[in-house]
Formats: sequence, C-alpha cells, structure tokens
Amino acid sequence: MSTLLVLEQTLNGIQFGVFLFLISAGLTLVLGIMNVVNLAHGALFMMGAYFASTFVAWTGSFFIAFLLIIPSSVILGIIIEMLTLRPLYLRDHMDQVLATFGLILFFNEGVKLVWGVDPQPMPTPELFAGNVEIFPDAPYPVFRLFIIGVGLLVAAVIYFLIARTKVGMLIRAGASNTQMIRAMGVNIRFLNTFVFGLGAFFAGLAGLMAAPIISVESGMGDEMLILAFVVIVIGGIGSVRGALVASVIIGVFEVVGRSMLPIAMQKIFPLEIAQTVGPALASMLIYILMAGVLFFKPQGLFPARTG
Amino acid sequence: MELTRLKCWLLAIGFVVLVAVPPLVTAMDETFYITLISRVMIFAIAALSLDLILGFGGMISFGHAAYLGLGSYAVGILAFHEITNGWLQLFVAIGGSAVVAFIIGAICLRTSGIYFIMITLAMTQLLFYIGISLETYGGDDGLPTDRSEFAAFIDLGNEWILFYLILGFLVLCMYISWRLINSRFGMVIRGCHENEARMQAIGFPTYRYKLLAFVVSGSMCGIAGFLLANLTEFVTPEFMHWFRSGEIMIMVLVGGMGTLFGPVVGAFAFLMFEEIISGFTENWPVIFGPLLVLLVLFAKQGVWGLLPKSKAGDG
Repeated sequence: MSTLLVLEQTLNGIQFGVFLFLISAGLTLVLGIMNVVNLAHGALFMMGAYFASTFVAWTGSFFIAFLLIIPSSVILGIIIEMLTLRPLYLRDHMDQVLATFGLILFFNEGVKLVWGVDPQPMPTPELFAGNVEIFPDAPYPVFRLFIIGVGLLVAAVIYFLIARTKVGMLIRAGASNTQMIRAMGVNIRFLNTFVFGLGAFFAGLAGLMAAPIISVESGMGDEMLILAFVVIVIGGIGSVRGALVASVIIGVFEVVGRSMLPIAMQKIFPLEIAQTVGPALASMLIYILMAGVLFFKPQGLFPARTG
Repeated sequence: MELTRLKCWLLAIGFVVLVAVPPLVTAMDETFYITLISRVMIFAIAALSLDLILGFGGMISFGHAAYLGLGSYAVGILAFHEITNGWLQLFVAIGGSAVVAFIIGAICLRTSGIYFIMITLAMTQLLFYIGISLETYGGDDGLPTDRSEFAAFIDLGNEWILFYLILGFLVLCMYISWRLINSRFGMVIRGCHENEARMQAIGFPTYRYKLLAFVVSGSMCGIAGFLLANLTEFVTPEFMHWFRSGEIMIMVLVGGMGTLFGPVVGAFAFLMFEEIISGFTENWPVIFGPLLVLLVLFAKQGVWGLLPKSKAGDG
C-alpha cells in the first residue's frame, strides 16, 4: 500500500511539474531574451482558466475550448506586451516589477467583476473522465495522465521549435546575447512580441488543463507564478531544458514532500514534534532546494548565458 | 546631501501637523484617524527601510514584507507565552529580523538583477508558508495579541501614547537613515549602485557592505512590524504576503526613490488613496492597477522627486 501511495504521489508530482513547465517555459524565454521581469505571467495562466471555463460553458466541448484558447491567450498576451512592457524594455527591473504588479491587481480584481467572486465550474472532459488502473487496485484519473501527455508533447514541440527552426535559432541567440543579434540586424521587436505571445499561449494552455482539477478563481495564478520563479531560478534563466528538468524536480518535491514528509517524520520523531515541524518543513522543502542549488550554482543548473 | 529651504519647511510643517493630529481629530470626534495615521507612519518606516537598499543601494528586494511579519510575530509569539515586556519584544523583533536578513541577504546577494528579485520574493514566500503552518500560533487564521508593556508611564493601551511612540520611532528611523546615507558607509552603498565594479576596483569588499546594508534595512523594517502588531493587536501571515512587499515598493516609488522623505510621503499617499477609493468601490484594484502602470510609465521620480533639488544632491 505504502509503495503504491508513493508511486501515485510521484505521478501527481510529475503532473504538477508538467503544469509548472507549461507556465515557466514561456516565462523563462521572456526573462532570458527580453531581460524583463514579468509578474503578469501568472495572470495569463488565470485568464486561460477563466477563458476555458467560459468557452466550455458556451460550446460544451473541451476541444473547441482548446481551439479558442489559442487565439484568445495569444491576443491577450500581445496586447499586454504592446501596452505595458514594450515601453519598459530599456528601463530598470524595478519599473517592470511595479508595472506588471499593477497588471496583476487589475486582472485579479477584473475577473471578480466579470465572472463574480465564486469559483467557476469546469467539468472534466468526458473523454478523459474515468480512472485507469496503471498499478493493480490503484485507480488513477485518466485526465491527469492526459495532462502529463500534453506536457510532454509541448516539451517536444518547444524542443523542435527551439532547436530545429530558424526562429528558434534566433531565440537561442537572443537568450545568449541580445545585443549581438540586434547588431546582426534581427528584428528584435518582432522576436520579443513573438516570444511573449508564445509564452502567453503556453500559460493559457496550462490554465485550460488546470481548470478541471484546481478551482478557477481570482488569484489562482499568484502561487503558480512564484513556483515558476523557483523553477526558473533552479533551471537557469532562458533555458527551456532547465525549466523542464527543474519543473519535474519541483513538482515531485512539492507533492511528494507535502504528503510524505509529515508521515515519514512521525516514524522518527515524537508525534507532537512531527505534527508541528512536518508541514512547515514540507512547505519549505523546495525553497531550501532552491537555496542549495543557488549556493553551488548561482546561475542555475543549465545556464543559458555563457558570456 | 542637503535639503532645499522648501523641503526643510515642508518637513517642519509635516512634523507639526503629525504632532497635532491626535488632539485635532479628537476635538473633531474622528478618532478613527489616529489609527489610520498610525498605520501610515508604520508603513512609512517600512518604506523608508526598503528605500535604504532599493533607492540608495540599487538592490531590488521584492521581499520586504518578511521583516514586517518577523517583527510582528516577535510580539505575537512572545505575548502568547506571556512575555509582554516591550523592551524584550522590541529586541527580539530587531534581532530576529537582523538574523533572517543576514541569512536571506547572504544567499540573495550572491546573485543580481532578475535573479535577486525572484529569490528575495521566493525567500519571503518561504517565511509566509512557515507562518501559515505554525498551527500553535494561529496558522492561517492569525493570532490575536496584547500590546507590549513598557514601564508604567508608557501605556500603549492609550491610542494617543501609541501614536506618539510610532511618531517617535519614525523620526528616529529617519534620523538614523539620514546619518547612515551621509556616512562613509552610505557613500560606499551609493557607490555600489552607481558602479559596483569600480567600487571593487578601488578595494571595497562590496558584498560585505551590501550585506550589512541589507541587514540594517531588514532590522528597521522589523521595528515597523513590532509597531504594526501593537497597533492591530493581531498577527497574521498576511503581513508577509508578497502583495505587502509590492505595496511597500509602490510607496517608495510613489514618494520618490533614493530620497529620505519620499517613502514617508509615498506611504501617506498610497494608504490615503486606498482609504478613500475603497470607500467608493471594493473593487478599487481595477482602477489602481492601470494607474500604477501609468505612474511607472510617466511619473517615475515620485511626489518628493518633483520638488526642486538642491545643488549638493537630493534629500
């Protein structure tokens, strides 16, 4: 039973890691190439979830919702980029932090005005509604496996895009030396908008996938944003490969740690200590991991900038 | 760093007005304003402490609410164990904030730029989660607490006395900051902001200087936390929420970064604006969010920064 629980929690952890990857993949590119702090990325995730819930309510189809999520989140992302971030590229990070913080305030409150304060309903798509027995006598929701599948597919698409296409080549060049590719005559303005739109799409997609399993409400993106930051710090700014590895590590540590650590501590320490220290330690786990990685590798596990 | 005559007058008038607040609003039967202005002054201390490293040192700490929380939990936790001695609580608030600022600073200052922002944010989030998981001390719900007890003649149960105590701390913190900024140490910190490589080249161990500035700033914010717990008689992890860090940063920006009195003006402007606009609509962030974007885009120097500067530098 205990082994099964560990396996199940590990799967949950990987699935959570895939979410984090969807959110942080776009953000790491934005940070890496544009050298811009974008706190509003979590808001894009939230908007994706709200859009998804609305589209499903309109059409009744998860697939059509997916098709509609693509243009809506990309357009939203591009509008944000053009109105607020574009004038701030050459300003210092403090300005970018505050302007995008303003966007968070706006979106968190705006969704309450448009959709109301209550969490939005979002049914699991029927096709993936059941359970499957991967291990004997341990039913596991199909939808969660579907999420893992989508995440891996996205990782493959990003890999192809970054490693095998011309625009990917420019993105990689931009991440390692922005000034140089500007000097080589690349339209950095278009590249910025493209990358931001791409990041917005992945964040929206993550929102769509998350909507059936976590509650769609104001502020749902804030916690994810901070976790995405932890992922990016560990993985290295600008590195998609780093984001993938770090997302899965963080996802597994977070989920397995939170469920297992208090139980494990009860076996070693007296019940009272385990009950107070256990949950606290579990919630600190990933931050301690981050501090540890930074101590040995201040540039993250896979630094994208070499010079 | 010298002040123009205009700024000296404004400061003097501001101080006199603050001193006059309790009798004035009591006469007008609006004692609610004593609490509001007390709150403004507490956040002024927090914003001032952030400006020491942000405006003067160029360290964009997005986690200053951590020390606000630490300072208030020093009051809450000690009072929970029936240690209500104010001096001891204040000592623990400052000392605890200093120790945590030292640890966080030591890790974060190894990095710079975007990394620094994200890591200070993550470290504060770590403290926020610890606060939530402290079930003994109220966890998520927070912990009601008694006001600190100093000697018999300072009775914090009296709103007036608490008000003047906070005002005293504000003046003290401003004086310390003013001395600090104009000292050799302050020059080094400002030098690091201008050009760190050059400071290193002339032989200053910049990491140690910046770390010390980080610790001083954190401890000062710990004082604000100590006062906040006394004012609200309540301690909650919400004090450490990263939105708080953002708000303190907004106060610094609104008032004027890299000035000593700007953050005080900013705290006043931000909290008053919040107070007034939230009276009209509870969805005020919908208005404030875009306004903040506009402020950042077009009014970067802040209210205090708009005033004419003296030739020797800005105060």
